[in-house]
Amino acid sequence: MKVSASDWLLLSPELFLTAAGLFILSISAFFEKAKEEFLAFLTLLFTGITIGLVAFLSGYPGRSAPIFAGTFILDNFAIFFKLLMLVSIVLTVLASIQFVGRAPYPAGDYYALLLFTGVGMLFMVSGNNLVSIYVALELMALSSYILAGYFKLEIKSTEAALKYFVLGAFSSGVLLYGLSLVYGIAGRMGLPELAKLFETQGKSNLLSVGILLILAGLLFKIAAVPFHVWTPDVYEGAPTPVTAFFSVGPKLAAYAILARIFYVGFPKFHADWGLIIALVSAATMVFGNVAALLQSNVKRMLAYSSIAHAGYALMGVLGFRTEFGLWGILVYLLAYTFMNFGVFALVVFLETKGYAAESVADFNGLARRNMTAAVVMLVFLLSLAGIPPTAGFIGKYYLFTSAMKAGYAWLAVLAVLMSALSLFYYFRIAAAMFFSEGEGVPLKSSYALTAAVLICAVATVVVGVAPQPFVEMLRACVIRTP
Amino acid sequence: MELMGIWIPILSIVTYIPLAGALAVVFFVPKDKTGAIRAISTAVVLLDFVVSLPLWFLFARGREGYQFVERASWIPSLGVDYHFGIDGISLVLILLTTLMGIIAVACSYTAISERQKEYYVLLLLLQTFMIGTFCSLDLFLFYVFWEVMLVPMYFLIGVWGSDRRLYAAIKFFLYTLAGSVLMLLGIIALYFYNTTGFLGYKGLGQPPTFSIEKLTAVAAGMPAELQIWLFFAFFFGFAIKVPMFPFHTWLPDAHTEAPTAGSVILAAILLKMGTYGFVRFSLPMFPDAINTAWVLTVVVTLSIVGIVYGAMVTLVQKDMKRLIAYSSVSHLGFVMLGVFALNMAGLQGGILQMVNHGISTGALFLLVGMVYERRHTRMISEYGGLARQMPIYATYFLIMALSSMGLPILNGFIGEFTILQGAFAKSFWWAFFAATGIVLGAAYLLWLYQRVFFGEMTNPANANLPDLTAREQATLIPLVVLALWIGLYPKPMFDVLRLPSEKIVAAVGGRTVPSPALARRGAVSERETPPTVDASRP
Repeated sequence: MKVSASDWLLLSPELFLTAAGLFILSISAFFEKAKEEFLAFLTLLFTGITIGLVAFLSGYPGRSAPIFAGTFILDNFAIFFKLLMLVSIVLTVLASIQFVGRAPYPAGDYYALLLFTGVGMLFMVSGNNLVSIYVALELMALSSYILAGYFKLEIKSTEAALKYFVLGAFSSGVLLYGLSLVYGIAGRMGLPELAKLFETQGKSNLLSVGILLILAGLLFKIAAVPFHVWTPDVYEGAPTPVTAFFSVGPKLAAYAILARIFYVGFPKFHADWGLIIALVSAATMVFGNVAALLQSNVKRMLAYSSIAHAGYALMGVLGFRTEFGLWGILVYLLAYTFMNFGVFALVVFLETKGYAAESVADFNGLARRNMTAAVVMLVFLLSLAGIPPTAGFIGKYYLFTSAMKAGYAWLAVLAVLMSALSLFYYFRIAAAMFFSEGEGVPLKSSYALTAAVLICAVATVVVGVAPQPFVEMLRACVIRTP
Repeated sequence: MELMGIWIPILSIVTYIPLAGALAVVFFVPKDKTGAIRAISTAVVLLDFVVSLPLWFLFARGREGYQFVERASWIPSLGVDYHFGIDGISLVLILLTTLMGIIAVACSYTAISERQKEYYVLLLLLQTFMIGTFCSLDLFLFYVFWEVMLVPMYFLIGVWGSDRRLYAAIKFFLYTLAGSVLMLLGIIALYFYNTTGFLGYKGLGQPPTFSIEKLTAVAAGMPAELQIWLFFAFFFGFAIKVPMFPFHTWLPDAHTEAPTAGSVILAAILLKMGTYGFVRFSLPMFPDAINTAWVLTVVVTLSIVGIVYGAMVTLVQKDMKRLIAYSSVSHLGFVMLGVFALNMAGLQGGILQMVNHGISTGALFLLVGMVYERRHTRMISEYGGLARQMPIYATYFLIMALSSMGLPILNGFIGEFTILQGAFAKSFWWAFFAATGIVLGAAYLLWLYQRVFFGEMTNPANANLPDLTAREQATLIPLVVLALWIGLYPKPMFDVLRLPSEKIVAAVGGRTVPSPALARRGAVSERETPPTVDASRP
């Protein structure tokens, strides 16, 4: 294998982020607790530089070349996901500063781990080869297990980490087993090569098992039913900014590789995996919504809500070989990232004000104590429920169209009914904020957290009101299938 | 609209004046300056009404198609346009909305004492969304307004409603949302039928669009089976909003719990969205579906059940507001019956009755609100003999009750008569059952009037009730004037409604068999034209 300078250049965002994480880890020992905010600032700076690198590469003429003999690829699809994931890291850092600052644990580890998770995610969405995808996924997963348990003296956080680790390791094993079966049959690892081979070769039972196991492993990462059980516990137990991050960042990466593996690697069997994904999608949205309906704990409710949203999002993968392709899921994930992070950021806000933010009652009377926060929260909730003119509506619109176009009308009907149902639990929070009388003084938010929330709110509204530039850009980011 | 050589987007102006007012209140008026908030809100809705008035005078009665059209590209990737324009049907509904906006604001001065800033902001937002819904000529845009309208109404009921407001608010939101998301799927299906096809249906391969005019033509050419599917997708959206039996259960709760202004707007405008949807979309888009015998039977049966069942449930209500809410179910059943008579008389009568119902039921809610403000109870049994204590109030109540039950010289008569005419032309039995609804309507309203206003005053709490103030009368007078005007001289209304109604009847009427040869557009003129009744010249 010949390695050229261009290969290194095309992977510069990942390499830079790795170095940045190591740097923060190494200097963090020299910072006292009170001065750790500087580390957060550095993390923001490095992430910003990485965003700049990715943006630069998106205009770099030689980027279509395969990297490291086709192990990685830097197509528009990967660039979109990289940018969005890096933005989610920026948001996470902004939401973490005050939260982590109050906790008696070193912040350097936290930010370094966040960056390492980021490195894993960036590699993942570029992965064009089963092994490189798997290794990147493990890097992301291992870092995120530790992040979940970052509040190591709190039982819930430790429990979350342990649960996440055990189940995550198990699912990685399943995924790896699937990969090895596929490799055993095909004798190659690159996704395009696999597709080329299967073009001529029929489907064997063993191959079906392999593909099924890969699918199961990936569905675990996006918390689709029946691989969702870890989600509520982890989301509840992990530090809330981490939960916010988990609900978007790693999920984005998982959706990306799910789409890439099946679109690029197994296009021939799309009728089979398409149906399975449709069934999983239906089960996920029904279960997620019904379970969220029964929750009174906000974090768990939002965990189930994000399970439900995983169900919707899977519809966006179904548009294989229609004119929509992955367009639906891309538009939807753009919307989802901001609205879902926004909701969790407001939970972080309440927690920094001394509320457990566990029961809906903690939102009581928020409208009187911080009108802006309440209105912004309302925007996120409306967006999650898919009410126009918010980003969530545009995203869901694209998902519904994808499902209809792919011939899954029943799934679209189920999805719209479920999204109407979801309003019921989202609006329990809205009702608490606006209808209930809360006691206490006005609440003020820190600047960093305000910035994170406002970025999310502005994105949610702008994508909802003027979606044209975004959807047009995303049309260019779908994976072209032969 | 051209004015002195300058093109003015008058529909957008009418639509967004309340929004601008709401933003001004949000950003520039502190919340303890309640007087200023009320004054600004009143000024804004007055201004909006004044600006909307020229529409009535400048509207060209004899011109086909939409007028005051504004069009700009909004989401070109999807073919979504920002496309406004009105015909006679939307014209009268927009004017009704701007007028009701004034009344809604004016009737809240004393009724709302808490969180006034939020209240008036939501009321103004609601105005914008409602007017936008009636102006939209793009299905996507229409849907956006249609959905977002639910949000301010939800809060109006939930914050300023009475005891069971939370339940009523979420029920209202969920019911209507469930219906409209199904409509969204219908819209998507229509969109794909026009472009690339879906689910085995071959698309027409035309450029993507959400233009209501274009998609109407496209939909009318669809195979009957697909039309039936889409008809029902839209049907749920509209029928829940109307509300038709058996989707009506959200209505009594929402009406009863909402503050007075909320009830007035719900009754006068929001319910009209459903019937407007049927007139604007269902009829011209899915003629073959509607002329399929069983579909028409289902819709008409539900309308008639709504009329009779609604009236009977109304009879036994003990709560005044709930009584009037249930009467809406009956009245809207009437409108639906007229619309689905599929002839000129029925359709024009149905549309006119939409306006009439807005006027009379809106006024009745106002009146109940006024006495509720004084006594804080809506129970009929708490009242009695009010006529002597509050003669002015009793007079207004009588006029509006008579208007609601369809007494000649008042507006309700014209609407109900024309609807019956249309229904009769279609089937004797339709008219027969509908007429029983009128009888029951007279019964529950007169009985209500008798129990509240006549007899001895038995409850000492009512002994010192003050009669209506000038402000309260000012909110009622325009409605009384309108009721009399439509009742005595309905011709201007029919003039405005004739052309659009003719177009709709031509699109849907007279077809009995979904035979492929007749399903083409050109065949319309060849078959015998349906018996049209020119209702304006009786």
